[in-house]
Order: sequence, then C-alpha cells, then structure tokens
Amino acid sequence: MQKNVRLSPADWILWGLTSVAIAVALYAAFLYAPTERTMGDIQRIFYFHVASAWIGFLAFFVVFVASIAYLATKAIKWDILAASSAEIGVVFSTLVLLTGPLWARPVWNTYWTWDPRLTSFLILWLIYIAYLMLRAYAGEEEKSARFAAVFGIIGFLDVPIVYASIRLWRTLHPKPVIAGGGSSGLAPQMLTSLFIALGAFLVLYIALLRLRIRLEKVNRAVRQLHLEINR
Amino acid sequence: MSHLGFLFTAYLLIWIALAIYMLSIFRRQSRLEAELQSLQNLLQERRGPEQA
Repeated sequence: MQKNVRLSPADWILWGLTSVAIAVALYAAFLYAPTERTMGDIQRIFYFHVASAWIGFLAFFVVFVASIAYLATKAIKWDILAASSAEIGVVFSTLVLLTGPLWARPVWNTYWTWDPRLTSFLILWLIYIAYLMLRAYAGEEEKSARFAAVFGIIGFLDVPIVYASIRLWRTLHPKPVIAGGGSSGLAPQMLTSLFIALGAFLVLYIALLRLRIRLEKVNRAVRQLHLEINR
Repeated sequence: MSHLGFLFTAYLLIWIALAIYMLSIFRRQSRLEAELQSLQNLLQERRGPEQA
C-alpha cells in the first residue's frame, strides 16, 4: 500500500512562498510588463523562457560544483546533490525547448532552425539526458558516482558555449538582454518582470531540490537494504 | 494559431510539465518509502530467529 508523502513545515513555507512568487511573476509578465513593439504579446513568453534557461544553467552549475566536491572528498552528500540537481536542470531545460519553438513560430515563421544558440542548447539537454541515463545504468554505486562526477564536470563545458553562442556567431536568436552591448537592453518594467520570474523559478528550484534530495536518500536506503538482504 | 494561441500554449505547457514532474517525485517517493518499510520488516523477520 502506498503512503502519502509528508512535507515538513519548512517545505510548506517554501511551497507557499513559491506559489506567491509564481503568482506575482505571472502578474508581472502579463499585466505589469508593457507589450513589446515589434513582436506584440507573444514576447511575453520571454519572461519564463529566459528564467527557465537561467535556472537550468544554475542547476547544471550545481552539478559541476558538487561533482568536483564528490571527486575531492568522496562524500555521498555531493553525489546526492549532483544527481538531484541534474534531474531538475533537465526539467527546466525541457521547458526552454518547449517554449522556444512556440515563440519562434510566429516570429521566425519556423518552430526550429539549426542556429548556434538553439543547437548548442539542444546538445546541452542531450548531455544531461545522457548523464541521467549513465547514473541509472552504470551499475555499482561508487563506480556510477565517479563516472557521473567526471561526466558532470565535462558536460558543464557546453554551458559557456551556449551562453557565448549569441555573442560569437551570427544567429537568429535575440541578442543578450543583459551585458549585451549598446544595441541590446530591455525597458525597465520588462527587466523587473524578468527578475521577478527568475526569483520565482529560483525559489521553485530550491523547493524541488529539497524534495528530490529526499527522494534520492530514500532510493539509496532501499538499494542498501536490497544489498543487505541479498548478501 | 494566433499569437495569443502560441502564448497560451507555451504557458500551459510550462505548468503541465512542472505538475507532471512534481507528481512523478511524489509517486516515486511514496513507492520507495513503502518498499523501504517492507524491506525493513523483512530484514527484521530474518534477524528475529537469529537473535532468538
């Protein structure tokens, strides 16, 4: 029989905060931010599309740092953190790949183009899908953790390439809105709305990470007991 | 599809994807907790006669 999962008071507070933050971010994206002059209302995808991408990058950065820490210390807590953050990073990256084409279709007249930014981002997503598959099928726990840590460090090298792709190559993708030079930039209300969406997704990432870490700990306890029983 | 149709679909997909992911975490957690409990019981039963 399956039991209901119990949330701690801290989790309830965090999820309450997440709900409020997302409601505020939706208000900012749809009502506070002005309508963009060239693209119109479709540009409102931008706030959550960009926030998803940045939180995806943050999640993969956490994998990168936790992987280095695991290789240096062999402490399981770092491996648990890396495994948990990688899965959430894949979820946020999937949101980018879902919303991007829906923004591109009315603006570029195509859902997808093999442009440097889109292609490098797709490669990033595939790298972390491979990372999760490696973790699932590598077998022995310590070996799997070691391989995954090395993969987590090398895989992160694609993130700076994705980030720099719109600066280095000619691309259809919009130019960077922050630190992108004179021709880029956003209206102040749009920038505020972007940061609110980013803050909301950051709180969501932390709330999901807590849940996912707890799941990973139970998963390892189950595997440990299986080993003990079969010994 | 109109521009608003694309906008609506994009936001709908975001929330559906996040809801599916959260549901998958809760389902895995509840399945694993049940499995953990039954494995602990099994181990307890095995140790019982040995300790006796």
